[in-house]
Amino acid sequence: MSSVTAPTGELAANRLNIRPGRIIAWTLLFIGGLIMVSPLLFMFSTSLKTAGQVYDLRLIPAAPTLDNYIKVLSDGRFMRWFLNSTFIALAVTVSNVFFDSLVGYTLAKFEFKGRYFIFLAILSTLMIPTEMLVIPWYLMSSQLGWLDSYWGIMFPGMMTAFGTFLMKQFFEGVPNDFLEAARVDGLNEFTIWWKIAMPMVVPAISALAIFTFLGNWTAFFWPLIVTTSKELYTLPVGLSSFAVEQSIQWEMIMTGAALATIPTLLVFLALQRYIVRGVMLAGLKG
Amino acid sequence: MAKIELQGLVKEYGKSRAVHGIDLTIEDGEFVVFVGPSGCGKSTTLRMIAGLEDISGGKLLIGDEVVNQREPKQRNIAMVFQNYAIYPHMTVGQNIGFGLYTSKLPKAEKQRLIEEAGKTLGLEKLLDRRPAALSGGQRQRVAIGRAMVRDPAAFLFDEPLSNLDAQLRSQMRMEIKSLHQRLGTTIVYVTHDQIEAMTMADRIVVMRDGRILQVGTPTDLYEHPTDVFTARFIGSPSMNLVAGKLVGGTPSIDGATWDGPRLEGAADANVLVGFRPHDLVVDDMQGGGLVVTGTVTAVEPLGSETLVHMTLAGTTVIATAPGRVVPKIGSAITARAEPGSLYIFDAATEQALGRV
Repeated sequence: MSSVTAPTGELAANRLNIRPGRIIAWTLLFIGGLIMVSPLLFMFSTSLKTAGQVYDLRLIPAAPTLDNYIKVLSDGRFMRWFLNSTFIALAVTVSNVFFDSLVGYTLAKFEFKGRYFIFLAILSTLMIPTEMLVIPWYLMSSQLGWLDSYWGIMFPGMMTAFGTFLMKQFFEGVPNDFLEAARVDGLNEFTIWWKIAMPMVVPAISALAIFTFLGNWTAFFWPLIVTTSKELYTLPVGLSSFAVEQSIQWEMIMTGAALATIPTLLVFLALQRYIVRGVMLAGLKG
Repeated sequence: MAKIELQGLVKEYGKSRAVHGIDLTIEDGEFVVFVGPSGCGKSTTLRMIAGLEDISGGKLLIGDEVVNQREPKQRNIAMVFQNYAIYPHMTVGQNIGFGLYTSKLPKAEKQRLIEEAGKTLGLEKLLDRRPAALSGGQRQRVAIGRAMVRDPAAFLFDEPLSNLDAQLRSQMRMEIKSLHQRLGTTIVYVTHDQIEAMTMADRIVVMRDGRILQVGTPTDLYEHPTDVFTARFIGSPSMNLVAGKLVGGTPSIDGATWDGPRLEGAADANVLVGFRPHDLVVDDMQGGGLVVTGTVTAVEPLGSETLVHMTLAGTTVIATAPGRVVPKIGSAITARAEPGSLYIFDAATEQALGRV
């Protein structure tokens, strides 16, 4: 193992374990981090500028102002969209965790005819891109009267093949002895799933919940297609309407976007360790 | 408490038969140990009793009632699993109390039962801990506590000690045995370890290939094995078995002499002659019996005695020597077994023909 050491500070350098590979890695990570963070910084910076200052690319505004925030927050529509997004993301997440786990558990822990066929059928839907599904979804919504409704926005994501697959893989790792012990103790199958199996796959549930929530919070394409009333817009759809209607008010868009990132940031900060684990799980298992 | 009866119990997986119509009556309050090698059907039988496996044929009675179609929870039995199956997300107290999940007892009564079970098993100070903070032995006690708290008709144990180290295993053996003596509940216990079977059981059921070979008390099985498998399986070290001949009721083995009684009424045949290592004593030439001369191939000094491996008629046999006698490897040695300590088995059927 080689190490870069200054003749005078050999001991200290050794203690820090500085190696050329590490310096290169840190530099690359720093540059990568900068690239990732700069749009965020510009977003926050622009949200503190007046309309006239938007094209002044200084990171710290000459005269920072919170006017945009006051304007956006006092505009009833923004709060409405914010609540719409919150409700939709939460409802879809709860539904996903519930149904994906239930189906995943059944596929993992019960022997029945056609089990593999059902699993393969669910899995095969992963190969169909969303773009191909949008027209059937739209026709279905139209026929069932779901257009321009919360249900219409939510129904395609209430259960996902990926979630089912992820949960199935995890439930397979739960030893049968636990379930059988509960069976002998007199629990019914639903209670065994809820009380015994679910707490044993908390990391998988967390990963699924986080990805589902974030995915739905930022969903744009389908909500844009299925909704027409502004009261039903989700936050990303609503924000995009700032651009169309009011000849691109960048400072307003950026303020709205900055506010929209707050829940995402909170989710990240609170559940950082689950997210990291979730990415690893999704990589390994998905 | 209850009697358990197995009447022609069969288990089939598709076309293959794992348990071949076994009959057995386990008396109320009895401690019965099923023993046999992996895949002999002992765990499957236990799981059929528990209701975790469907019964393919025959009848299972618990407390004189046929329970074939009953769910596990309706059979009033409790089971302890090999990997303990204690829930990692619950405390020790919650785990023990989980056995009472479906019980309609008042909360205070449940709490009393949990504390009582905790006390019986020496877990009273650990009731608020999570299983991760417990040792293997403590976890096993929690699993037993969960089973105990329900006051079931019978306890079923599925290789409960196989994950413990040797010292803990012997301690837990005694604990389970004294628990049985205190509670007096019927216990059906499955193990592949003959020492567990010998030390704990009122009766041992030896199984092989889905069939019961022999049922009896530990002493019965040790003294009167009905076939080669049981003879070899029960007792540690295993019984020596050497190919020989029976002529006119007198056994003969190449490299050994026999000066003892004849096996009356036995036809001449090729036989397997069995003798336990503890009956074959090195350098003890007082009296008749089987005298064996051979070369020492290995020695195992155990302190109180030494196990001496030697070759006889092409087979390795084990003899015992007093603790301080450790013969040299390669040296010639003579050992003797008393008359009455030889087991004669038919070489073709492997069934016992008698003892001389």
